[in-house]
Amino acid sequence: MKDIAAWALNAAALRGATYADARIVDDRTRALSTKNGKVGSASDSESLGMGIRVIADGAWGFAASDDLSRASVEATAAQAVEIAKASARVQTDPLRLAPEKPAVADWIAPYQIDPFSISVEQNIALLLQVDAELRAVKGVTLAETNMNFRREEQWFYSSEGADIHQTKFSTGAGYTALAFAGNEIQKRSYPNSFGGQWQNKGYELIEELQLVENARRIGEEAVALLQADQCPEGVFPIILDSSQLGLQIHESVGHPIELDRVLGMEANFAGTSFLTLDKLRSLRYGSDLVNVVADARQEHGPGLGTFAYDDEGVPAQCTPIISNGLFTGYLSSRETAHAIGENRSGGTLRAESWNRLPIIRMTNISILPGETPLTLEQLIASTDHGIFMQTNRSWSIDDKRYNFQFGTEIGWEIKNGKRVRMLKNPSYSGITTEFWNSMDAICSRDEWILWGTPNCGKGQPQQVMGTGHGASPARFRAVKVGTAYKGS
Amino acid sequence: MLTQDQAAAIFRRLRQYSTAEEVEVYFYGGKSALTRFANNTIHQNVAEENYGVSVRTVFGGRTARATTNKLDEESLRRVVQASEALAKVQQPDPDLLPVPSAGEGAPAGGPSRHFASTAAITPEARAEAVKKIVGVAEKHKLTTAGIFSTSDSVDGVFNSRGLSTWHTQTSSEISITMLATDSSGWQKANSPDARNLDAVSLAEIAAQKARDSARPREIAPGKYTVILEPAAVLDMAGFMFWDFAGSAILDQRSFLNGRVGSKLFGDNINIWDDVSHPLQSGAPHDGEGTPRQRLQLVENGVVQRLVYARATAKKVQNSEFKDHVGPIAPTGHGFLLPNEMGEAPMNIVFAGPQNPKSLEQMIASTERGILVTRLWYIREVDPFEKILTGMTRDGTFYVENGKVQYGIRNFRFNQSLIQMFSNVDEMGAPVRASGEESFDMVAPAMKVRDFNFTEVTRF
Repeated sequence: MKDIAAWALNAAALRGATYADARIVDDRTRALSTKNGKVGSASDSESLGMGIRVIADGAWGFAASDDLSRASVEATAAQAVEIAKASARVQTDPLRLAPEKPAVADWIAPYQIDPFSISVEQNIALLLQVDAELRAVKGVTLAETNMNFRREEQWFYSSEGADIHQTKFSTGAGYTALAFAGNEIQKRSYPNSFGGQWQNKGYELIEELQLVENARRIGEEAVALLQADQCPEGVFPIILDSSQLGLQIHESVGHPIELDRVLGMEANFAGTSFLTLDKLRSLRYGSDLVNVVADARQEHGPGLGTFAYDDEGVPAQCTPIISNGLFTGYLSSRETAHAIGENRSGGTLRAESWNRLPIIRMTNISILPGETPLTLEQLIASTDHGIFMQTNRSWSIDDKRYNFQFGTEIGWEIKNGKRVRMLKNPSYSGITTEFWNSMDAICSRDEWILWGTPNCGKGQPQQVMGTGHGASPARFRAVKVGTAYKGS
Repeated sequence: MLTQDQAAAIFRRLRQYSTAEEVEVYFYGGKSALTRFANNTIHQNVAEENYGVSVRTVFGGRTARATTNKLDEESLRRVVQASEALAKVQQPDPDLLPVPSAGEGAPAGGPSRHFASTAAITPEARAEAVKKIVGVAEKHKLTTAGIFSTSDSVDGVFNSRGLSTWHTQTSSEISITMLATDSSGWQKANSPDARNLDAVSLAEIAAQKARDSARPREIAPGKYTVILEPAAVLDMAGFMFWDFAGSAILDQRSFLNGRVGSKLFGDNINIWDDVSHPLQSGAPHDGEGTPRQRLQLVENGVVQRLVYARATAKKVQNSEFKDHVGPIAPTGHGFLLPNEMGEAPMNIVFAGPQNPKSLEQMIASTERGILVTRLWYIREVDPFEKILTGMTRDGTFYVENGKVQYGIRNFRFNQSLIQMFSNVDEMGAPVRASGEESFDMVAPAMKVRDFNFTEVTRF
């Protein structure tokens, strides 16, 4: 691969590039699913190609091809330079990259069991066992399961001398039960919506998830929701389970801290951010209990945002984002770091695959667990009256990331420290900073889970990226509940 | 570009490598380029070329798929082996049909959607267009962000019963956001023929919206008459067409469960799926290579029928639902097999009213209402009542006494699509429209009463 990259870097330099990097990616995926007792899909896929990013005349160009022959690679590099020179026609200031010592590294993300080594028969048998458990519950009208594996091997070389080889596996699995009756469709998912739980792990993740053991309960809850009371409308304390809090972090912390959004670079599609530069180290983002980090390092855990180097060769880092409630950091890149007075990138530039330009992406954006021991059951027991919400069903937030509304699959009314009744169609809404400032309790490390969000969309052409979000259940005071069904 | 002859040669090699009873190969790929600008600067500028083959094999009712973009002999041999290995360990599917015969394939012809002049657009030409857009922004003391993209793509299906379909198409798209200190405006257009796109005109409209919505006022949420521009209509409407699938009825995940044949919407709602419409786009064949038929889905507010892949039609015909879903027959709307979703109509055309109203006429006839340019981050709150939530964005205005009065802060809505299409008072002439939440459609602007805004945001 080094020779192929050298063709690209040399050709780019000869055409006038002052900087170039070449990223070769070899991707392999497997997707298995079942629906109501039958295999829904069974597919393998592989993709190999190279993306070449250059600076010429002070502007960016990027070209990618699936053809790794020398002639094609050199032509693609020349195309990238031609594109950069065209970019320079409409540019106000030349690019400048924060310095980065070129790394030479070979890294394999830790895993125990190569998921592709497990037979398809075994995987399908497991999914069908789950499916049977779900449909054993009278009233379940649709049972769907899925299992997904990915192996991503990447070689990164730059004209500055970087030579980085990274390999990682990611695994995901989950299931959903739907119950339709009368004028209503209810749904429960395990261990989360969005296809379940996703991590940078091998097959060991599947073994940890206890898929079969939870299936009957999930089916029963889907059916029970049909008879449950409608979630009331009003202002209540709410407790979010860790998966819903993970998505809350994703939408109302992870996206607004992306420095490209803040600088207007995503204004046409993903939007901008309320976190203008003046708010750094001055905005009280949340209550004193709110501590959020952007941590791509392996020691944070096997999240979908874990790596050794980002896609422009910057080492994985941990950036404090919210420190005891104070807003303290953005997600940055070599191009954008100077905008916040930093002389080094925060290491968050990532691309979906070889054919996409790397852009700023969330790594693992996680809320740190409470330091005082507190279990979910203790948190519920300490709540006089409130609503406990589990598992995301709908999510929406404005293009500056102020106003949000989330719906969850199931809710529970809490009275005098006890769950007293199941609630259907729960939802809550609010303004980002008001919401985070209302957090008055968060469970401790034993309840903390590093969730994977496999479907984060951003960029033009759009790229889908996996991100990680660690969270413990937490409680928020005086939250608006039930608006989603108001007046509809 | 990959040609049909090259694809046919690859297919012959794939068949030689296969021991399967049946083989079906989907070819895809092409060249694409996108110039992206923000802060009046081109900040990202990309191009890509990529082709792939996706091989489905069948052994005694067992089927599976493997895909690769590596087209060398060894990789082609391996992708066949991967597909066969996956297929052989499946359980036989009694509902699986033989691959369609040659006679069932989509015939050649139909409207040409490939334009050499669009395929030939260079990075310099895209930069020149962006320069003009930036010029409009600077003239109005605004900043602009957006894209100008082009592509030249192919897709085709070949199978071991002799079916062979091939589609080539170009596409082009311009999307522009104009930003002022406290307001913004947006416009987007696309076409297979880039000559249909007028960058300056789009930029001027977006700029006007940004200027007119400056210093937005906050008004209380509630039920308002809204005038939804076509992009807002299609981004809402797109959430219901996945439910017009026979598979969705079998799965009982559709809001049309028990509702086909009933009047769900107003008399003035007539919806077709028509890939051959001159303003539509896309291939005339589905994932099995069979022709996409022109169908009326909704007639005078009544849901008339669903769409079907071949196997789905057979399953519904043998199901408890067969007498309650209108005509049942394969319609050429299936996705690549095997899949969980079945099929969906993807070439939606709203029929225009007899007396279409211009946007200006809709505003003039509105005593008190809201003009919406665009919607954002729409998600389904309730799958059966089809309640959607989302935000307005990039140009939201208060209308009173027949005139646009001023820009307002953006609203969150929670609105049932069923109610929305029951409350359409006026409609424009359908146009090819493009949003961000749904696939492109031929859709009109609509004036809708009692649209349910539930919250207001801070800008």
